[in-house]
Amino acid sequence: MAVVWIPSMMRDLTGGKERVHVPGATVGEVIDALEAAYPGAKERLVVQGRLASGIMATVDGKRALRGLEQQVSVESIVRFLPIMAGG
Amino acid sequence: MSQDKHSLAGGTNYQVVGTRPPRHDAPDKLTGRALFGPDTKLPGMLYGKMVRSPHAHAHIRSIDTRRAASFPGVYAVVTAQDFRWNEDPGAKLDESAINFAYLQENMLAREKVLYVGHPVAAVAASSNHVAEEAAELVDVQYDVLPAVTDVGAAMRPDAPLLHEHLITQSLSKPGQRPSNVASHFQHVKGDPSQGFAQAEVIVEHEFTTSTVHQGYIEPQACTAWWGLDGNLKVWTTTQGAFGMRDQLAKLLHHPMSSILVIPTEVGGAFGGKLPIFIFLEAVAALLSRKANRPVKMIMTRAEVFLATNPTSGAYLKAKMGATREGRITAVQAELYFEAGAYPSASVIGYFGFAMGFMFAPYDLPHGQIDAYDVVVNKPRTAAYRAPGVTQVNFPAEQLIDELAVKLGMDPIAFRLKNVVHQGSELIDGTSHGSIGAEEVLRAAQSSGHYGSPLQGPHHGRGVAQGYWGNWGAHSSCAISVNGDGTVSLVSGSIDLSGTRTTVAMQAAEVLGLSLERIKSSVGDTDSIGYTEMSGGSRTTFATGIAAITAAQDVVSQMRGRAALLWGVEVQDVSFDQGIFTTHRGGGRQMTFAEVAERLAETGGPVTGRANVDPQGWGGAFGTHIVDVQVDPETGKVDILRYSVVQDVGKAVHPSYVEGQMQGGAVQGIGWALYEGYQYNARGDMLNPGFLDYKIPTALDVPMIETIMVEVPGPNHPFGVRGVGEIPIVPPPAALANAIYRATGVRVTDLPMTPVRILEAMGVI
Amino acid sequence: MSAKTRVNAKINGEQVEFLCEPRQSLLECLRDILGLTGSKEGCNDGNCGACSVLLNGRVVNSCLVLGVEVQGQEVITVEGLADWRGLHPLQQAFLDHAALQCGYCIPGILIASKALLDRETNPSEERIRTWLAGNLCRCTGYDKIVRAVQDAAARLKQARREVNS
Repeated sequence: MAVVWIPSMMRDLTGGKERVHVPGATVGEVIDALEAAYPGAKERLVVQGRLASGIMATVDGKRALRGLEQQVSVESIVRFLPIMAGG
Repeated sequence: MSQDKHSLAGGTNYQVVGTRPPRHDAPDKLTGRALFGPDTKLPGMLYGKMVRSPHAHAHIRSIDTRRAASFPGVYAVVTAQDFRWNEDPGAKLDESAINFAYLQENMLAREKVLYVGHPVAAVAASSNHVAEEAAELVDVQYDVLPAVTDVGAAMRPDAPLLHEHLITQSLSKPGQRPSNVASHFQHVKGDPSQGFAQAEVIVEHEFTTSTVHQGYIEPQACTAWWGLDGNLKVWTTTQGAFGMRDQLAKLLHHPMSSILVIPTEVGGAFGGKLPIFIFLEAVAALLSRKANRPVKMIMTRAEVFLATNPTSGAYLKAKMGATREGRITAVQAELYFEAGAYPSASVIGYFGFAMGFMFAPYDLPHGQIDAYDVVVNKPRTAAYRAPGVTQVNFPAEQLIDELAVKLGMDPIAFRLKNVVHQGSELIDGTSHGSIGAEEVLRAAQSSGHYGSPLQGPHHGRGVAQGYWGNWGAHSSCAISVNGDGTVSLVSGSIDLSGTRTTVAMQAAEVLGLSLERIKSSVGDTDSIGYTEMSGGSRTTFATGIAAITAAQDVVSQMRGRAALLWGVEVQDVSFDQGIFTTHRGGGRQMTFAEVAERLAETGGPVTGRANVDPQGWGGAFGTHIVDVQVDPETGKVDILRYSVVQDVGKAVHPSYVEGQMQGGAVQGIGWALYEGYQYNARGDMLNPGFLDYKIPTALDVPMIETIMVEVPGPNHPFGVRGVGEIPIVPPPAALANAIYRATGVRVTDLPMTPVRILEAMGVI
Repeated sequence: MSAKTRVNAKINGEQVEFLCEPRQSLLECLRDILGLTGSKEGCNDGNCGACSVLLNGRVVNSCLVLGVEVQGQEVITVEGLADWRGLHPLQQAFLDHAALQCGYCIPGILIASKALLDRETNPSEERIRTWLAGNLCRCTGYDKIVRAVQDAAARLKQARREVNS
């Protein structure tokens, strides 16, 4: 089960928990699992089939370039962060 | 695998890397032969001019172009109607479509104008002067709306709304009411209230920074030529030719292969010429298609200030607590950034940087940062070197300084007490990789500057530290071998300040060639693979890796050719410092040139190529030290001495690294002391010119001392780290800290003009 | 469009004749009519110095001079500094000191520096900075530019000594 760090603004859904374990082989599946455990999570992260703009997912510290389709392994650490782009 | 010996970090016996050869493009730039954006000239070329809104906020009631179109010498007129738009403006569009709609609206307004200078139409005419006259004949009727140019005012519940459907994007429960707050993000680490409870000293202030412009001396400029065969050629000054091409393909509904973007030399960019926003090129292209002639468009200096993409001003609240021993226990900050006319944070991505890097130099057990992106009636904001980070470094490093003063600690010693190392966790939960934070602080502490005495009334020395994460991203490079043993290297990275040379130097190191034997050029979008824009301090790192990889590919192929010539297996051929060797047949050797001479008979041309997307780059730390003297009657700040200490990984060309350190520092000095957009209540910018928007001159700064610390950057064969952006981060805070020590007052608003200093001192 | 005026002037040592409208600046004439794009436009109102040329030996912002004003006058642009023997010592010094980054301000700075070194053989750092205060550079922070001018002054002094000895 992947470890998902819950952004502080979403901890109202998880009762304050900052770290949860959910199954999923892709970022999208992980989010679906989050939604099942904590209803309301998905609508905050996903807009019209894509990660909400301004947000990126990282898997094991690397930016998930494939978005919701990025693969996640059983020991992966998944985070949702504001995007970072060049300047 | 290649058996050459020029690989892997930590080496110090380099032949080319680390030396100071002349730049490939220097002679052309020194003699006036180099061609920049405004220099393109084509037969039959027309001149284009935008028609721009005089109002900061208004509905467009009508646009009548008839008089302009019939003016003698006018060949074409375009408005937003000439572009294909999404069908239903009220439809629920996905985020990227919304952002794309904003790009189009910013390029040519359709229903609303959102800042003074917002384009509404364009004309193409036989001369610049005729185009100017014709532009004035375009009749636009507006219904003027109240404007808001201040972040605080824009956030009030009764503020005029720029976008009727804009709902704050955040990870909280979605809001329902539209507002001018485009997005809100937050990081929380640990338990801030507990952290502050543990603090024995707490400091807290509010700060403001002004909108500032990147101030490149070359204005935006392009020439577009839409041929009858449907092929569009665009010469333009940009930080990214491929990004530009792909945006144009979307805007014009035209295949990418029918668009050729030829990047000209660039006269300064610093994040203001990213292909994320398109100002002129698509409009010039449509004018060219309508007129069946090439069309050149060059912005005036006023247009550059009014209608390109300066960087955000901000309103910032920050708080920091520490123990009496000097250990930071907690931080808290609220950051309110100007987005300009359209949401910025989700496009430019500066929240991640601002929030992540604000306190990145310090070991933080507890913290909370909230960041808000607020639209206002100003041009949309973008990056100015390290986007968002200078703005947050100004408060952070002043709080650090104030704590050091309160605790009676040396400012560098205080920072060392809280310094981060590899593995230290940032406030966003990520961890530092291989970094040189401590090395930089110690180098600053033991520098001649820091150790020198500073005496005199109203003299003060200030220190500030900053962090920038750098970048990798896609780069493409091809190296072709010529029959005389010289090589031609083409890469897709726009050369802003010498990277075609620093990239070639890395290839030269691998090939065992002197730099004079490598011709290095920047390709256009037809001649090389997709390459990400030049920015984020990525080029010498990522395109360097592409060049190294392409060079290794060349070596590998050439070893095969040598093997053929000798009649041996390729495994029996080694390569070192430009010489191919085999032990077979009594031991034989050939130089690179000797193998190159015989390519035709051994299989034909040799081209090494690489398309890379390197990861795991290292971030950069910088500590600046500045000595000032403040005139107590006029408030004028004289900079007596300035030092930039920075972890540069491995300086491929030390002169260019010094140049980045010096140039970035002086930009930061301008941001600190002189620069800022000024507005009246109507939303007019009052200082859109170099007279009243003052950037530093040669007389305003001393020599800038540079101390390069080299902690090898990870994941690069020579240990390169990005160096270009971090130098703009510490100067405002360093100067504020120096002014504090010189006068006893802390200035919390940028720019720290003489008037503000005198007000803070209570003199006026 | 107003009627064009014929202008005769010496540009970079050559007699040149061109037609221009009275409203066209010297900068425009150099760039758009004569094809000498080395002089740059940065502001068009005399505040950045990117358009600096020598008019009868004096530094002027060519954006503030009308094309018709150079009738019978002598103009030197950046294109006139080097010759068949090579780069001017100033240009060489800038190259050696890596005193350029994007290069856009450099033509104006070279022209202004030449005007200084034509008058003074040993300008101090402060003198150089004062003289160049009208030439904005956004990339370099001016450090290497000042060093290059100091070095060029020394080289020119040395060259004069060699000629005279």
